[in-house]
Amino acid sequence: MFILIVGCGRVGSAVAKRALEAGNDVSVLDRDPLSHERLDRDQTSTWEDAGGRFTVGTALETDGLIEAGIEQADVFMAATSGDNTNLVIAQIAKRRFNVPRVIVRVADPARAAWYNEQGLQTICPTQSAIDQAEQVLLAA
Amino acid sequence: MYVIIAGAGKVGWNLARELIARDREVTLIESNHERFGVVEEELEHAVQYGDASELWVLERAGIQRADLVIAVTGDDEDNILICQVAKEKYGVQRIVARVNNPRNLPHFKLLGIQPAVSATDLILRLIEHEVPEYGLVQLLALEEEHLEIIELEVVADSEAVGKQVKEITLPEGSLIISVLRNGRGFVPKGDSVIELGDQVLLILDPGLEREITERFAASGAAAA
Repeated sequence: MFILIVGCGRVGSAVAKRALEAGNDVSVLDRDPLSHERLDRDQTSTWEDAGGRFTVGTALETDGLIEAGIEQADVFMAATSGDNTNLVIAQIAKRRFNVPRVIVRVADPARAAWYNEQGLQTICPTQSAIDQAEQVLLAA
Repeated sequence: MYVIIAGAGKVGWNLARELIARDREVTLIESNHERFGVVEEELEHAVQYGDASELWVLERAGIQRADLVIAVTGDDEDNILICQVAKEKYGVQRIVARVNNPRNLPHFKLLGIQPAVSATDLILRLIEHEVPEYGLVQLLALEEEHLEIIELEVVADSEAVGKQVKEITLPEGSLIISVLRNGRGFVPKGDSVIELGDQVLLILDPGLEREITERFAASGAAAA
């Protein structure tokens, strides 16, 4: 399976490393070249030596997405720090590049819920934190 | 008419001013607190503080009864999202989005955000209008209505030179609406004669440009 992850922050880089370890082809796109460091940290070999791909580019620039391999991707994950950026590129991946599976990280629970209803598979870390905190608090 | 404007930069603030001067009800939304403070001194209750891409901020501004939502922030993804939510979630009838980076225009189109206004594009069209060597100039494109207005310069060797308007066979779905000659424009009649150097304005269904260009430009120039 070929997985393209846009956004090499804490979530994007960790998911990328796990996906690569699990035997997938993984490509990561981020506008900040220094974000690559997250992919190498705590690893025995570099990201590239382990078979990973890394592209520097802005998420909204189609050229960067194509260079990172969006046309071949089976799975696309939008995990930049911007909700709106994620929601726009996820829709581009789905509608323009016909990526079969698209996952989008949205911090705002309200928008995550509405876009989920519209057929986008959203992941909302804020909602997870709320649910978890609620469980812990009510158990105490 | 109730108008919500997202983004109180130069464009948003001046739009709000103009619309208020025309007795429209306007709410301007600005997410930068410092900027909000500056604008509030003039516009008072007509400006609200908040991130217009958040649903509750739009609802607080009364998006349910908005007739028009204009997204003119400096971020294209924000403008796309605000308009998409306004249109698809709240059923706002009319939206207008600003395109900051012309390279993002295809994204606006892909997601059905129309009209999308790009200052770069507008200025480019004005330049093309002033510099006739470009040949075909697209003056106006009403994409949802499937109409556009173009301007063509009549070059030597083209079949239109010296012909009456009624003798020029145009494809179905196109019409000559004006002729510019020596800096003046007129609406031609069937017996008006097209001359070399005229600029001809046509209204047409999109897709007919090439066929029409061939009537007024020599075949070699049509491709350029």
